[in-house]
Amino acid sequence: MGRINQIYGCLVSLLQKCIFRILSVGPIPNHIAFIMDGNRRYSKRLNSMEGDGHKAGFSALKAMLKYCYEFGVRYVTVYAFSIDNFKRNPEQVQSLMDLMLEKIEGVLKDESVFNRYGIRIIFSGNLGLLSEPVRSTAERAMLATAKNTTAIFSVCVAYTSTNEILHAVQKSCEEKWDEIAASDSSDQDEMHHRIKLTDIEKHMYMAAAPDPDIIIRTSGETRLSNFLLWQSANCYLYSPSALWPEIGFRQFLWGILNFQRIHFYLDKKRKQL
Amino acid sequence: MLSLRFAIPTANTLIPSKNKPKPGLVVQSGWNQTDLLSSLPKRYDYKLQAATADLTDGRASMADKEVELPEGLSRELMPKHVAVIMDGNGRWARQKGLPASAGHEAGVKSLREMVELCGHWGIQVLTVFAFSTENWIRPKVEVDFLLSLFERALKSEMESFQKSGIRISVIGDSSKLPTSLLGLINEVEETTKNNTRLQLIVAVSYSGKYDVVQACRSIAERAKDGQIQLEDINESLIEQELETNCTEYPYPDLLIRTSGELRVSNFLLWQLAYTELFFAQELWPDFGKEEFVEALSSYQQRQRRYGGRHS
Repeated sequence: MGRINQIYGCLVSLLQKCIFRILSVGPIPNHIAFIMDGNRRYSKRLNSMEGDGHKAGFSALKAMLKYCYEFGVRYVTVYAFSIDNFKRNPEQVQSLMDLMLEKIEGVLKDESVFNRYGIRIIFSGNLGLLSEPVRSTAERAMLATAKNTTAIFSVCVAYTSTNEILHAVQKSCEEKWDEIAASDSSDQDEMHHRIKLTDIEKHMYMAAAPDPDIIIRTSGETRLSNFLLWQSANCYLYSPSALWPEIGFRQFLWGILNFQRIHFYLDKKRKQL
Repeated sequence: MLSLRFAIPTANTLIPSKNKPKPGLVVQSGWNQTDLLSSLPKRYDYKLQAATADLTDGRASMADKEVELPEGLSRELMPKHVAVIMDGNGRWARQKGLPASAGHEAGVKSLREMVELCGHWGIQVLTVFAFSTENWIRPKVEVDFLLSLFERALKSEMESFQKSGIRISVIGDSSKLPTSLLGLINEVEETTKNNTRLQLIVAVSYSGKYDVVQACRSIAERAKDGQIQLEDINESLIEQELETNCTEYPYPDLLIRTSGELRVSNFLLWQLAYTELFFAQELWPDFGKEEFVEALSSYQQRQRRYGGRHS
């Protein structure tokens, strides 16, 4: 029985590789972002503990990462924990933090996997809001994979887009403060030249990655929930109705196909700007 | 499954749900047409029956009557602020073999209808994406036509806005707009500023990123003048400096984008943090009452959690 499963697994894997080969004739998205929504609903549906939903969600995440990197997507970003999620029941928050800590420590122990594929991990967000053990473990994981250059995996934790923009605005004002304070004129145009779009953009938590090409939000909800608002200006928004732990190859494939269909038009627009 | 013609059905998204909403959501609005007719003196009947076309009757005609909502919609769950990306005028015109200008004219008609519906159904703010900073790269002929269309529409509708109690605000980078248009915008904003029925915000030469950058500049100015310290910069300060500070409800509850495109295109980025997005397949000139009802009922069925949990 185990042998048959093995053979089946190999065939599926081979088929997926073939499909990727065919798809890569068309444009490959450079950056895909995921809003991993629906873990709790999944565990409710299975009548199991909430923690099981998150664990199943983690397996789904590993599978999606595998598809992305095998297909050649260089940047993958996930919305792991929003600043708004701190509002939840403290037990739920704690169990999510514990799960994250466990997984990051797992990465540190087995960092050869990330190093083998050349994947660098970045934790984006207001890390100061995290508890000490989680934050320091996250920082260690970032250091451990810092030299990798093939791909980047951004985990947005203690993140909201409005907080990210706020932080960028604060940093831009601070950076230009000496110039601003020293200038005598109250000329509006001068301020125009001092603070530019690029000044704000370079202070974003997500500055290390280009804008996403696709944002996939599972469980059928169509809203961004304060995720990558700035970076999603011209990004394809895809919301399959599957819950996050149910997401699989089918949804990934569909997202890629649709992306390729509209890519030509979007690319033309981007070049014009 | 792999056919590109058929999307994988997604709830509330690509193919708007045609299901009737759950009975629990339908709440009878306070008064319906028949009650009104029987209780008021006869001389008011003609106003009620004249419906939306009768704007010359004075402010009272639109402001007083409560129009019955279409079946399935509840007044309590109406979004306070609806934003619309009016996409598809060009494609509509091409499909009919007409020039792009005809598409934009048809778009204006569609907008007029939507403004009326919003006024009747208790939506307080309607923001429309008329012209993006990125649209400046379009052919000059088209850009000039769009700006002159906007000017003409403002001039011709100014009186009816007054009568219908609609307040107009214009947001966007005014530095690139012709002076005649700027003057007209100021005049219209000034004239209608006390109206309370509906606020129509028109985004012209606007982009979400531009809005944040100009807010950052204003904040830097204020810090320079000593009004605020750098440490005081917080989310609510940015919110105050964004151009949507002209309204009491700066955050849209619902964003509708027509023509089937699945992206936000740099419209109201900060303000869209928790906005429900609805992507309609129809092109903007074809987006009418029925399609709007579909979008609203999809909105009313959604569960909004703002990052928290329901139970």
